[in-house]
Amino acid sequence: MLPLHTRAVISGALSRPLLKVLDLAEALRGDVPHEQVAVHLDDGIDVDTGVLRDLGFAAVMRPSATGMRPDDALPVICGLSNIDVVNPGDVIRVRHDSGQLSVLYRRGANANSLFLTEQCNSRCLMCSQPPRDEDDLWRVRELLELIPLIDRDLPQLGFTGGEPTLLGPLLPELIRACKAALPRTGLHILTNGRNFADTAMADSVHEAVGCTTWAIPLYADVPSRHDHVVQAAGAFDATDNGIYNLAERGHAIEIRFVVHAQTLPRMQRFAEFIWRNMPFVSHVAFMGLEPMGFAKVNRDLLWVDPVDYGPALADAVWHLQDRGITTSIYNVPLCVLPEAAWPLARQSISDWKNIYDPACEGCSMRPRCCGFFASHGPAWRSRGIRAFRFEEAAE
Amino acid sequence: MAGRLPFAPLADFRPKEPGYQPMPFRFARIPGVDGKVLVTSEVGEFEFLDETDFRAFASGTLSPATDAYADLQGKHFLVEGDPSTPLRMVTAKYRTRKSFLKGGPALHVFVVTLRCDHSCRYCQVSRQTADQARFDMSAETAAAAIDLMFQTPSPSLTVEFQGGEPLLAFPRIRQIVEAIEERNRVDGRAITYSMTSTLHQADGEVLEFLRRHDFQLSTSLDGPETLHDANRPRPGRASHRRTLEGIGRVRAALGERSLSALTTLTRESLKHPEAIVDEYVRLGFPSVFLRPLSPFGFAAKAAQRIGYGMEEFLPFYARALAYILELNRKGVAIQEAYTGFLLSHILTPFPTGYVDLRSPTGAGLGARVYNYDGGVYASDEGRMLAEMGDHSLRLGTVHDSHADLMQSEGMQLLLATGVAEALPGCSDCAFLPYCGADPVFNMAREGDPVGHRPTNAHCVKHTGLFRILFRYLAEADPHVMRTFTSWVTQRPVQRLPDAEAA
Repeated sequence: MLPLHTRAVISGALSRPLLKVLDLAEALRGDVPHEQVAVHLDDGIDVDTGVLRDLGFAAVMRPSATGMRPDDALPVICGLSNIDVVNPGDVIRVRHDSGQLSVLYRRGANANSLFLTEQCNSRCLMCSQPPRDEDDLWRVRELLELIPLIDRDLPQLGFTGGEPTLLGPLLPELIRACKAALPRTGLHILTNGRNFADTAMADSVHEAVGCTTWAIPLYADVPSRHDHVVQAAGAFDATDNGIYNLAERGHAIEIRFVVHAQTLPRMQRFAEFIWRNMPFVSHVAFMGLEPMGFAKVNRDLLWVDPVDYGPALADAVWHLQDRGITTSIYNVPLCVLPEAAWPLARQSISDWKNIYDPACEGCSMRPRCCGFFASHGPAWRSRGIRAFRFEEAAE
Repeated sequence: MAGRLPFAPLADFRPKEPGYQPMPFRFARIPGVDGKVLVTSEVGEFEFLDETDFRAFASGTLSPATDAYADLQGKHFLVEGDPSTPLRMVTAKYRTRKSFLKGGPALHVFVVTLRCDHSCRYCQVSRQTADQARFDMSAETAAAAIDLMFQTPSPSLTVEFQGGEPLLAFPRIRQIVEAIEERNRVDGRAITYSMTSTLHQADGEVLEFLRRHDFQLSTSLDGPETLHDANRPRPGRASHRRTLEGIGRVRAALGERSLSALTTLTRESLKHPEAIVDEYVRLGFPSVFLRPLSPFGFAAKAAQRIGYGMEEFLPFYARALAYILELNRKGVAIQEAYTGFLLSHILTPFPTGYVDLRSPTGAGLGARVYNYDGGVYASDEGRMLAEMGDHSLRLGTVHDSHADLMQSEGMQLLLATGVAEALPGCSDCAFLPYCGADPVFNMAREGDPVGHRPTNAHCVKHTGLFRILFRYLAEADPHVMRTFTSWVTQRPVQRLPDAEAA
């Protein structure tokens, strides 16, 4: 798994922290304004940086070079601790003072998400990204700079957080920025939907209709259990109203359900609840627990070995799929699921989640399996983990 | 850091004040389902409760910590605190279930002729005659009926040809279809054509026409040859053979999916549920529609010979359904069409396109019939009633306007008596959300559109059917449930059968 950060040596004064890294040929094509481009030069390529300066480029990147050359006429980013982190097409942020180089957009990654805010109005028992109440408006300003630098052929871009609706009018502004810069890109926005109970908020995102899927978690068919999971009284009603408000305005909605000990008792009823009350949703995703953040704190409250919930999960997903609602399972390895559930188990959408256990060595189902979260440990290991022999997989 | 704050336990999210409000519900005890009470909601959700839970729920003392409480809350049988959010969901479900009302009549039946070459003992209306002028629809009547159809606001229209044997008036059918196509070039409705026919007259030119306009065809097949020919006599006999030939020609020309069949059950039919089902399987039909005799026309006169009571029909149905489910268990995909409609009402949040079991009634609101003589009726049965001498459901003529017809005395009668929620005996019935009002049937049987529920055949039939189905739903055998699901979704259930036991 490729990290998103590395260290670099920066020589000269960069005019801006956000840069699109392009190889020479693409840089010269002029799709990106030159003043936002760092020209990526492989070792051995000899280019007169004076010409690049005259063309208006912002910087040169020589990943493995140790320093600036005497004749360099542009700021140079070099000496990357890990030269694999950055590749042409990526958008990077360079911190001049610390030399920290971060990849904000990675060309060719199977999922790219924008992180909108650390703030959240829920406090889910299993939150993998515990919220922080900090003023992070700088993120939005940075994203507004980043969005025009993203490749225009990107099929899908995620918004994640934190709770993006807490940004108020800045959320529609980000959506507008994406529509303007990336007209062919679908948006996938994670939100708890509570703020859309306010019709003014629901009205404010009208530009998202047709290009956006709102991914909204719902953890039960009854208020008390959902409210407990998200640790917020009244959240279930607010989310239901938010979903209805969005649906009435023509938005596409995905429902997300995380399977753990606090949601399992209502899982089957939850599936019927969606069918009866929200048959209009475009996708329902059932997800295994991510052993991160609050989930670690609440491990004993949450842990169920997936082997033990597999049959119930198969019932729930087929209940919806057989009624015409597209349904998926994420983050549960195939070996702990009953075979009945396999056709709906997807590989994880994020590169960083596809990690395999030593026991997976030689498993012939690996190409189809989601593997594990990077951060899993023995406390989170199912007793069902095993490798499939080739003959089993062939059946 | 926020993580240091303690997390609140589940009990903290239950209401501080005890007490809940029950939403309107109805209940029934199902024969064969011991110790359980069926409760149904206004929007058709249902739950089987233990007697003790049921009594506690009804008396307002069910504990919030029980599963039964959550089960009932999740289905909006009870609400706690501010009810506005569950009420919003309930109203959305109610609007969805009754959404068939939105567009006005969508099914438009053109009775192009009463002539027929059969003389079926149970037939309501057909005539054997050579006198075309007397029993065929005129070109002028057809043109006026088309105009009237386009006055209804429904974005999708089904044009159904009925008779008699409609193909005896094929030139009229062609005129009507071509005129509708011409008109629809500017009108832009989604139009489906269908026809009920013996298919005996369906040959080259006719088949090509039906194929070009993508007709959905329905034919009568009463079962094996002996039974079919006994029910459906014609000069020279051989109705069964000629029907099979017609089925073959239609399938070859229009494809398998374009044709369905339905069976009318006589007293004799009731002895042969398995043989009737087997005949449909043998002929490759995915569906059989087991229809009891309707109490109209000749059927009423012949009731003594071929008729029977619903208490005789129900055991037949139970046996036929059990046999059909057994076949499905063995991998033979055959469904009973009427069961499919009833189960759709029970197991889905959506209405069906079936107009004969709705509340408010489908007569006049979902369907309209243009008779050969220019009379406009609220339903097929309405014009049959007229053939019996009762003209109360004649809404007017094809020369009236849509607005006139919808305000006619006939419609006012239907609206006053066609809402099951307001009918004595229906308003508190547990099966109400899945059933419908049938004032036309009641008029034919009882001479009164409301009907007397304790002896009402529509009620005996449907309560009987619902009891049989809810017994299956209470048992919840995985195979049966999978079969039922495939019937209501009209697609094969994809879940692997052998995986269910896991």
